[in-house]
Amino acid sequence: MAEPILTVDHLVKSYDGHTNILENVSFAVKPGEVIVVVGPSGCGKSTLLRCLNGLEPVQSGRVQLGGETIAYGGKNLQALRQRIGMVFQSYELFPHLTVLDNILLGPTKVQKRPKAEVQKEAEALLDRVGLLQKAKSYPRELSGGQKQRVAIVRALCMHPEILLFDEVTAALDPEMVREVLDVMLDLAREGKTMIIVTHEMQFARAVANRVLFLDGGRIVEEAAPAQFFDHPQTERAKKFLNTFTFDAVK
Amino acid sequence: MPDLGLEVLFKGKNMLRLLGGLGVALRISAISVLISLPLGILLGVLMTFKNPILKAILRVYLEIIRIMPQMVLLFLVYFGTTRAFGWDLPGETASIIVFVLWGTAEMSDLVRGALIAIPKHQYESSEALGMSRAQTYWYIIIPQTVRRLIPLSINLITRMIKTTSLVLMIGVVEVLKVSQQIIEANRMASPNAAFGIYLTVFMLYFLACWPINLLASCLEKKWK
Repeated sequence: MAEPILTVDHLVKSYDGHTNILENVSFAVKPGEVIVVVGPSGCGKSTLLRCLNGLEPVQSGRVQLGGETIAYGGKNLQALRQRIGMVFQSYELFPHLTVLDNILLGPTKVQKRPKAEVQKEAEALLDRVGLLQKAKSYPRELSGGQKQRVAIVRALCMHPEILLFDEVTAALDPEMVREVLDVMLDLAREGKTMIIVTHEMQFARAVANRVLFLDGGRIVEEAAPAQFFDHPQTERAKKFLNTFTFDAVK
Repeated sequence: MPDLGLEVLFKGKNMLRLLGGLGVALRISAISVLISLPLGILLGVLMTFKNPILKAILRVYLEIIRIMPQMVLLFLVYFGTTRAFGWDLPGETASIIVFVLWGTAEMSDLVRGALIAIPKHQYESSEALGMSRAQTYWYIIIPQTVRRLIPLSINLITRMIKTTSLVLMIGVVEVLKVSQQIIEANRMASPNAAFGIYLTVFMLYFLACWPINLLASCLEKKWK
């Protein structure tokens, strides 16, 4: 058994000090694993991802990346974040920079890698997601799906050990969802370690090694995708999965 | 063709005098702009801090300056403070003080607005790339703020230039005062001078502000 890359220990998070958004969440991610987190809105999925990256302070518990603790405002946070790639729902490209400059900024300014080398890599990655011809465009000239693919490339170019995806297709038109999910499937095939928060159940089933079902800030169910989607163990998971199927009316 | 009174312009040094008056107006605005833009940026950044006392003080300053007509401020500084504190303040200096107070307040509000208009996610996605606070500001926040700010501050600059037409009320001889003097001096010989001279003043203000506005719309287009 490989050592986990990322471990989450008894994480408790509350925004107001009374109601816990995350209650005692623990899990571990091994290299090459793809974890998909599903659950109803407001169950704490996004908050969980934000805590993994130190974007949110937590009340108790611990997140560790390769033995080092990630904490909001903690030491080494900048160094640790370079090892974690994050892709947001609303893309969050930098509007004043071209696609290429968006991608180059982190590797050249934060990691101080030589520009020529990074640019070569960035162009190869852009080519892979079918956007090489957009390298000199500005984000406003791109569709949502294109922006999100650029955001993925931007995260990849930092050579992260683990990638976090926070509902990256939730803001997209249906026909653009596919192009983004295909990129993620490709990354999974390549063996990238990923934690994916999503509402795309078919995709979750295809991409995941393990599914975490989060409800009310707790991990209610944790299983292989086939097990979880075909034979959910808990009532809450069954009810949740039922919201994605429709009975015929005719 | 009615008599537009334009011939007065070419009498003696009238045209040069008008240009000199415009020079005074532009000097007052240029000095005020040079002082109030950096001060406004500083105060604007301070206004986005979470310190409630600092925020309250700056808010009060901004509101007072904005509510008060510039003319009242000019009178207050030129006639009021000189009596009350017994100092000797030339009109031009008093004008610069008022314009700096006003320009700083307006600029700080523009800066504050531009800063808070940057979505929180821009900070987060920079931080997620491992950028330090300083790098986030330098590469992400400041460039975006500046792009929003330049058209707005250019607009403020032209407003300041136009508002210098008030300083004649505290005895500063700028372009409008010079025109009054010329019109007054030629009341008998050219009673229609008012039209020609004020038309010229209009053209002078236009020539001073129009290029600045062009620059603003150019930059706006470039950065849209």
